[in-house]
Amino acid sequence: MEMTSVTASVLASGPEIIIILGACAVLMLSLLPGPGPVRWLAGLSLLMIALAAGMSWGLAGHAQTVYSGMFTVDPFSTFLKMVLYLGTALTILMSGGYLATERVVRGEYYALLLCALAGAMIMVSGTDLVIIYVGLELQALSVYVLVGFLKTHGRSNEAALKYVILGAFSSGLLLFGLSLFYGLAGTTQLQELQMALAAQDISSPLLVLAALFLVAGLLFKLGAVPFHMWVPDIYEGAPSPITGFMAAVGKAAAFAVVLRVLMLDLTALNPVWHAAVAAAAVLTLGLGSLAALVQENIKRMLAYSSVAHAGFLLLGLLAGGPGGLASVMLYLLIFTFMTLGLFAVVVLLNEGAERGEPIQAFAGLARTHALLAALALVFLFSLAGIPPTGGFFAKFYVLMALIEAGHAVLAVIAVLLSAVAAWFYLRIIMLMYTQAPAGPARIAVSGPMRLVLFAALAGTLATGILPAWFLGWAQAAAAAGFG
Amino acid sequence: MSGLPVLSILILLPAAGALAVPFLRGNGLVRRFTLGVLFADFLLAAAILAAFDPTTAEMQFREAQLWVPALDMGYRLGLDGISVWFVLLTTLLGWICVLASWRAIAERVKEFMTCLLAIQAMMVGVFCALDLVLFYVLWEVMLVPMYLIIGIWGGGNRIYAAFKFFLYTLAGSLLFLVGLLALYFAGGRTFDMLALMDAEYPFRLQVWVFLAFLVAFAVKVPMVPVHTWLPDAHVQAPTAGSIILAGVLLKMGAYGFLRFSLPMLPDASLYLAPLMIALSASAIVYGGLLALAQTDIKKLIAYSSVSHMGFVTLGLFTFQQNGMSGAVIQMFNHGITTGALFLFVGLIYERTHSREIAAYGGMIKAVPIFGVLFAAFLLASMAVPGTNGFIGEILVLAGTFGVSGWAGTAGVLGALIGAAYLLGLYRQVLLGPVKIPAGSVMQDLRRRELACALPLLLFVFWFGLYPKPFLAILQPSLDHLMTQITQSDEAATEGLAWK
Repeated sequence: MEMTSVTASVLASGPEIIIILGACAVLMLSLLPGPGPVRWLAGLSLLMIALAAGMSWGLAGHAQTVYSGMFTVDPFSTFLKMVLYLGTALTILMSGGYLATERVVRGEYYALLLCALAGAMIMVSGTDLVIIYVGLELQALSVYVLVGFLKTHGRSNEAALKYVILGAFSSGLLLFGLSLFYGLAGTTQLQELQMALAAQDISSPLLVLAALFLVAGLLFKLGAVPFHMWVPDIYEGAPSPITGFMAAVGKAAAFAVVLRVLMLDLTALNPVWHAAVAAAAVLTLGLGSLAALVQENIKRMLAYSSVAHAGFLLLGLLAGGPGGLASVMLYLLIFTFMTLGLFAVVVLLNEGAERGEPIQAFAGLARTHALLAALALVFLFSLAGIPPTGGFFAKFYVLMALIEAGHAVLAVIAVLLSAVAAWFYLRIIMLMYTQAPAGPARIAVSGPMRLVLFAALAGTLATGILPAWFLGWAQAAAAAGFG
Repeated sequence: MSGLPVLSILILLPAAGALAVPFLRGNGLVRRFTLGVLFADFLLAAAILAAFDPTTAEMQFREAQLWVPALDMGYRLGLDGISVWFVLLTTLLGWICVLASWRAIAERVKEFMTCLLAIQAMMVGVFCALDLVLFYVLWEVMLVPMYLIIGIWGGGNRIYAAFKFFLYTLAGSLLFLVGLLALYFAGGRTFDMLALMDAEYPFRLQVWVFLAFLVAFAVKVPMVPVHTWLPDAHVQAPTAGSIILAGVLLKMGAYGFLRFSLPMLPDASLYLAPLMIALSASAIVYGGLLALAQTDIKKLIAYSSVSHMGFVTLGLFTFQQNGMSGAVIQMFNHGITTGALFLFVGLIYERTHSREIAAYGGMIKAVPIFGVLFAAFLLASMAVPGTNGFIGEILVLAGTFGVSGWAGTAGVLGALIGAAYLLGLYRQVLLGPVKIPAGSVMQDLRRRELACALPLLLFVFWFGLYPKPFLAILQPSLDHLMTQITQSDEAATEGLAWK
């Protein structure tokens, strides 16, 4: 009996184990002398991700909670893990060229990425606040190092330091809330906690305090207003592929925790956070959209745009119910495609991190590289939410969930701010199509980069033109989550 | 019918053309190819019109495929007696736009023609769509090629104009999206427009949705006070862009009222009719006064559009047989005449690079064919009897006087102001001593340019002298619309109390 439950637990966490073993292997192999092996490490990392994805797919049919109720494999976690695999794989593919330009070709880069992925996967599957915290720290610590990976660049170091300090602060908030919950209910396991909370008076000051700390810590990780300050600085300083990784994978993992904790398990807390999160969502959307208007650095602009998207995702959370859950999940998938696609273009336009990434780098791209400009056009229109791209359908489905839940006012605010946000995406399109080229430089698009661009384009268009399959998958996963 | 998915072919033909153009070599080939595709599309539209059954108000040539079954979202197409005319208008102006850009667009011809083909597919799709989401998607994605047409090939201040156009329309259409989602949940969780038309909605919901739709459609029409994007967009757009904007895009706002607001939200439409009539009447007069003050030919015609489209919305919200037929006729006519006027402004500008009214004079003497044709379109725009403009305006005015004396008076006043600025333009540019801007040559029309103008002239006189076939096809659909509105009787008494 004992033995079988241990075997089941190990099997269910197989994908995580594969990724962690992969990280160890990559770390070991990176110690081999010479530049030769490093080239193969990216391939090895991708292979490990493919294996983990295959295993997750295989496990998808058997929903189970293992490790004494601390870890679960359910359709919800499977869906989001697929998003994480996708985001990490695209990041790895776009990193090779970037690392070579910046002269930091080192094997541990891939090991750290795999560790971050493992952390994110544990966040997605954890059903115990302590396990979720462990996953979160594993992911955060790996990303701190990756953000500072350009050791000789001031910006990169500064960003890493800021991220460590602010990240530690937010972890502190989270831990404090967590310890209060443990004190109040005697457990950190989400299911038991919910049962204990349901029996208690929800308006007791200590419980409200605990909930507020928990929600504040989570909003910090999402980069939602008023805890968004770290986002632009760190997005700007980090190596571009890592910025993309944070925007796609980091965000998906953080939202997975928010969804599981607030929407699926601790539903008793709903009255405590609902109004606060509604205010935060509107402010996040508003501030992100407005602040992005005046940015001159592409990564800072994308940082604020990512804040705005987080606001939209929070609206899906507010909508609640299986519809709201499915809308957020679908949004995260689509966001991964379009944002990594655009980051791939940013990486290609990179002329050395020292000089920054001015928006002007896009000027005249349509004349010098028509195809690349057309791809960027699709990603930008998708981020702006213009049909028939995935970005439109993502927003459409969130709005649908909002209206179904009766939040018409929030829907109207959301669409008006989306119209504001369209401006800064259009601005880049105008730069590409109407300005004279900034320099005659030819951009060489390597094979892996082509693959990234193609995958992102295919995903962005497929989710927009034929969304039925993706929607069905998200809806089924969400419905299973609500049981 | 014959079983062929003709509407899909009509939409996919230019779409396929847009995909093929980037692979062609040489600007000449690109132009000829685009012209061929769009002309074939026009012939197909004409064939559809010929095969159209004028005895029924049913949707014809219907096609339906589920797109997202979980949300009952579908690829649903069909035409009735109203939309069939707009499909014809769109396809007619489509190939004329290619001819009008033959010389005017010399840079990035490939991209330009791709935009023209793409926007045609989307516009035809909008008029054929019988599914709310399909309609919305096409309606919004249409902004993209138009934005590029203005932003890349426009005049000096094109970037400002393109942004303004895009953001105005986007803000409006996003509210439309919220409204249509509200209808989806209230109307039984389907995006099938015909099913949504049959559903009943509570009065309060209708009013809110009507207001959300109003913003979207009013921006497109455009109605005062959200018309300010129009002069900028028109003045900066290349000729083909102006023709499409005036000829088709503005119609979509009014078409939205016809397709959504009136049949789906009849109670709210009746209740808010006074507001709509007041807005339309002020658009007619205010737009006319603005046009009167212009010194730039293109701007004058742009503001005249505001005034003329005011007649359309005025006619629609009279809920009179006359007024509504007049409104639809006016929509079609405005597309023909204003499209032609923008074409002529483009021809002048191509030759002299000036649009100042004061820089011209005596064109009838200098370039007789040009002068006479321009005069004919100006007179049609003025609604002189015998031209198409007359039928529409007179029917709208007749309908309006039936419900509101002062709105009718405003309409007559607007028509008089229209005569004033159009005759002013006519006198200055066409009559008097010959005058052209220094350093330019004024050539008469070439054969290619005549080929653009003559088909439009044909419609001007055909509808002016013998509008019966047009009305015959239109009538059953309009009657059907009238019954849809009057069926909701309890609110009718409430709403019409203002009379």
